[in-house]
Amino acid sequence: MMANSDNNRRKFMATTLQSVGLTALGGLLWSGYSHEVKASPLVLRPPGAIKEDDFLSACIKCGLCAEACQNRETNIDKETGKAREGTLIMAKGGDAKLIGTPYFIPTQVPCFMCEDIPCVPVCPSGALDFASLANEKQALDINKARMGLAVVHKESCIAFWGIQCDACYRACPLLDEAITLEYTQNERTGKHAYLLPVVHDNICTGCGLCEQACVTEKPAIFVLPREVSMGRAGDHYVKGWDKKDQERVKDAKSQETTTEISKESAADYLNSGGEY
Amino acid sequence: MALNRRDFLKSAAAASAASAMGIAVPSTLQASSDEAQKDWRWDKAACRFCGTGCGIMLATKGGKIVAVKGDPEAPVNRGLNCIKGYFNAKIMYGADRLKTPLLRMNAKGEFDKKGEFKPVSWQRAFDEMEIHAKKALKASGPEGVAVFASGQYTVMEGYAAQKMMKAGFRSNAIDPNARHCMASAVVGFYQTFGIDEPSGCYDDIELTDTVVSWGSNMAEMHPILWSRVTDRKLSDPDKVKIINLSTYRHRTSDLADEEIIFSPNTDLALWNYIAREIVMRDDAEKIIDWDFVKKHIVFASQPVNTGYGLRREGEKSLKEGKYSAKEMEIVSKEMSKVVSSKEAPALAPFGYKEGDVMKHEVPKVDGQPNPLKHWEISFEEYKKFLEPYTADYVTKISKGNPDESDEEFKRKIKLMADLYIEKDRKVVSFWTMGMNQHTRGTWVNTLAYNVHFMLNKQAKPGSGAFSLTGQPSACGTAREVGTFCHRLPSDMMVANPAHRKIYENALNVPEGTINPVGVQHIMKIHRDIEDGLVKFAWVNVCNPYQDSASAEHWIKAAREMDNFIVTSDGYPGISAKVSDLVLPSAMIYEKWGAYGNAERRTQHWRQQVLPVGDAMSDTWQWVEFSKRFTVKDLWGESAPSGPRKAALPSIIKEAKAMGYNEDTTMYEILFANEKAKSYKLDANDPVQKGYDNSECLGDSRNVKGSDGKEWKGYGFFLHKYLFEEYADFTRGHGHDLAPFDVYHQVRGLRWPVVDGKETQWRFNAKYDPYAKKEAKEGEEFAFYGKLAKALKQGDLKGITDKEGQPKPLPNKAKIFARPYMDPPEMPDAEYDIWLCTGRVLEHWHSGTMTMRVPELYKAVPEALCYMHPDDAKTKGLKQGGLCWVESRRGKVKARVETRGRNRPSKGLVFVPWFDEKVFINKVCLDATCPMSKQTDFKKCAVKIYKA
Repeated sequence: MMANSDNNRRKFMATTLQSVGLTALGGLLWSGYSHEVKASPLVLRPPGAIKEDDFLSACIKCGLCAEACQNRETNIDKETGKAREGTLIMAKGGDAKLIGTPYFIPTQVPCFMCEDIPCVPVCPSGALDFASLANEKQALDINKARMGLAVVHKESCIAFWGIQCDACYRACPLLDEAITLEYTQNERTGKHAYLLPVVHDNICTGCGLCEQACVTEKPAIFVLPREVSMGRAGDHYVKGWDKKDQERVKDAKSQETTTEISKESAADYLNSGGEY
Repeated sequence: MALNRRDFLKSAAAASAASAMGIAVPSTLQASSDEAQKDWRWDKAACRFCGTGCGIMLATKGGKIVAVKGDPEAPVNRGLNCIKGYFNAKIMYGADRLKTPLLRMNAKGEFDKKGEFKPVSWQRAFDEMEIHAKKALKASGPEGVAVFASGQYTVMEGYAAQKMMKAGFRSNAIDPNARHCMASAVVGFYQTFGIDEPSGCYDDIELTDTVVSWGSNMAEMHPILWSRVTDRKLSDPDKVKIINLSTYRHRTSDLADEEIIFSPNTDLALWNYIAREIVMRDDAEKIIDWDFVKKHIVFASQPVNTGYGLRREGEKSLKEGKYSAKEMEIVSKEMSKVVSSKEAPALAPFGYKEGDVMKHEVPKVDGQPNPLKHWEISFEEYKKFLEPYTADYVTKISKGNPDESDEEFKRKIKLMADLYIEKDRKVVSFWTMGMNQHTRGTWVNTLAYNVHFMLNKQAKPGSGAFSLTGQPSACGTAREVGTFCHRLPSDMMVANPAHRKIYENALNVPEGTINPVGVQHIMKIHRDIEDGLVKFAWVNVCNPYQDSASAEHWIKAAREMDNFIVTSDGYPGISAKVSDLVLPSAMIYEKWGAYGNAERRTQHWRQQVLPVGDAMSDTWQWVEFSKRFTVKDLWGESAPSGPRKAALPSIIKEAKAMGYNEDTTMYEILFANEKAKSYKLDANDPVQKGYDNSECLGDSRNVKGSDGKEWKGYGFFLHKYLFEEYADFTRGHGHDLAPFDVYHQVRGLRWPVVDGKETQWRFNAKYDPYAKKEAKEGEEFAFYGKLAKALKQGDLKGITDKEGQPKPLPNKAKIFARPYMDPPEMPDAEYDIWLCTGRVLEHWHSGTMTMRVPELYKAVPEALCYMHPDDAKTKGLKQGGLCWVESRRGKVKARVETRGRNRPSKGLVFVPWFDEKVFINKVCLDATCPMSKQTDFKKCAVKIYKA
């Protein structure tokens, strides 16, 4: 109960302050509270979005990215000739996202990975970083976007049951790169193979087309912010069989370690009485 | 039995895990599991979708299907499914299921072709059908009444429709969508083996060392078979080789050791290249199994100037100017064409050179037109025919990726030929629509057997050329029952007087009943409607107004001309929309049925649930329709009409002699006869016990039937009667089917079923009892098919011994000399890019079922135009943007996809046809193989520009 009312109070504060911020002071006032009001760590941002904490400070909630997304030339409805719903949504009260910031929900409208990335160049604040999407030729390359990372829940993914599905694999714009199929024999039937989707974190952009295509009732493949979906192995060990792996630990440094058993000094331990 | 919640969960999980593993469940555990789902009933059925023929189990509860599982006992899929099969439980319950007949009417409630659809009773629906069918008969004779039939009919539906059409109406204008799907494979089988359907079976996958896929995206179209190919590859990755040949990159390349991208139509040249390698290297390397070839093979040739199955000069709609000047640019090639530099070397042995005008005609046999004409030639002639197919020539015309080097292409085709040739290497060649939907589809089918025959790698475990079928019962119903214009059951032919007699006698109808002219194939029916000959057409279990090329012509003819189109369906699609009357059909598990898959496996199921609304099965609709017609209505004399140049004599006198009178209905003769009534309904019969039978028993819905009264059932077991009467044609003729009841105990059987045993490899004396019987002492094979088994003698260009008698070829098969030729429409300056159509895994055919399953709709909501990124750039198109795909016939708007599942090389686009909002058949050309009449949906020329 306590926790709940505390949450409610925080939500109320956030909403009020947000409106004030929006009407009076733009992003400036706002940034002071952004840490407090970060309602959900699960929000997916547009391509090129800088680190979430910085993004919340930088984004001025102008909505130009969402407008560019919806009004892009490739978003015309075939029948009506009008713009379809865009991918990017500007968070509203009750969205549990920081009000006024852009995000997307793959199962509603995923990111279609437009080659010219119309949402990014329009950003006036640097919250969407052009440079992070530029390739060697300084041209925009949507494949460099890292909006999130797709994760497969094996138990509900019907490919792991042996069903020939792979809808996510075929929906992936970076098919055979971001999602590949792993083939293994189905020992139970003795004559079929499993074709299992495997996501590669160094290529997946987090566009969510896989999540949208997934045929299970609640998608068995879904995109989470990379910070949420990725683990980190640590930089004290290098894969001896992988020449490139040392690159991963380039910032490695020695650190003193402490555990429950080592937190006392050696002398304190040795001088302590008690049973052996 | 008392169970607490924890026991309940535990026992349900254990029982389902155990049955999935094929483990016998201890009876006490089984009993408690039954307790857990006691209101569920599980029963076996076949999957609704493709020709693979997976077995499934359906759970019904409260009269509705609530769940589905792959049948662990089914040999094809052992409990697995693809995602279409995974959704079998959901296909019948779309919100817009048709529940009542709908008729176009005016405000006064009269039929009006321009009126809006309004609900009517079954009685009114049949009244209207009767009026318009009789009007059509009066105007055009039997040829004026047509049926768009289906490779998705149950066996019983197909047989009921065939009986009423062929014996009742005396009309052969019944032809299935299977014509679009595997007619070329059929004619290939007829010409090569003298009997339809593959020699091998799916067990070849586990036994082979090499899978070569020719124009077949098995990974998406036959996913369960593909999973078996994948398993085989994994079991011995170094030995087992996979080659994928296609005109664009698709998912079947994923697993392939080599991918060969070829230019559309040049698969003809690639097969002949392999054959040339075999023949030319034989002296040095002893490749050909001469013992086999001498015992079992003859060589053959045929005319090459046969056209492209387009409309011919003099046809009414051409004369009336219904085809635009642009369209006529291509249609005119049906009459004659100029031999191109591309095809000239291949046609040289047939006496043509570049620039020659080739005049097209229908070949004649004994003065009668016969597109299937062929004659025997010597091996030397065959060798002469192969001479042009050098690696240089074939690379020049066949290489389909402009960015690939000639050397690389040559390396790949040489490697492929070497794999075929390698001694003791087993090879299976699979194909589907790439080789069937082809203006030389019959030719290219037979070229596959050429290669396998010379190497003696056909009809053997693990080796053979194997035509995969697209539809769930293209084999079982369309082909085996014979719902084609030219066919009767079990490979009998309408044109053969002896076959007609067998059929007439079995049906207890007068000799002479069957119309001897059966040429109104599915494209001809569309054209006959446009020409005003066909005035009544009934669509059964298909969507011909979405699935036929040059679609705008047929829609216009249906909507604007004086005719009456009826569509029976579960859901409203384009065909229903262009119709005058729409009938609500029971869907697959709402009726008793049987399907036959691509490996000759026949599978039956029982009615699982009652149909929704007032829907009734197509079988019932046919039988009710038959009540409206009497001997006097249908069996009198009929003047020449359409393709039939002679009068059809009256058989009323003969009918009377058989005990019928002028007012006897077709219902009494064809469906409710003494034989039919001997199949009893019996609540204690283990097959029938506890199951609904809406047609025969009526059901709790109390639907008002065709006479306006509550439907109470026929009172006899109609489905069993129809199946057994049909199956009698197969028994003793190499197509033998088992008794009806047996199929309800087993997971399908592969025919011929002789002495209770199925057959895995036909024509092989070790496995096929027919081959064993026919094979001479010491011979391993007998190609015992009976069709086209006597040939005159000649050379490549024609019959030389004109007066000689045809030489019989008992137990022999044929190798054909069939050259590469251009298709009628190829890219040029204006229409500069090839268009290929096809399917995607997620959707079935025209999408009427799968587009109504939310998960499948969400996965693939629209058809995309797959193209090379460089082509998109050149044409100013953006990934995801809209483009027009336009041909001489029509245009559609589609979204550009330069990434994703299909990756064409430059110069080709792929657009699937499931999406009625991307109506790609408006763009496609209705050119067909002149022999099989199957449409080529795989190639025409289009231009693409920004929309």
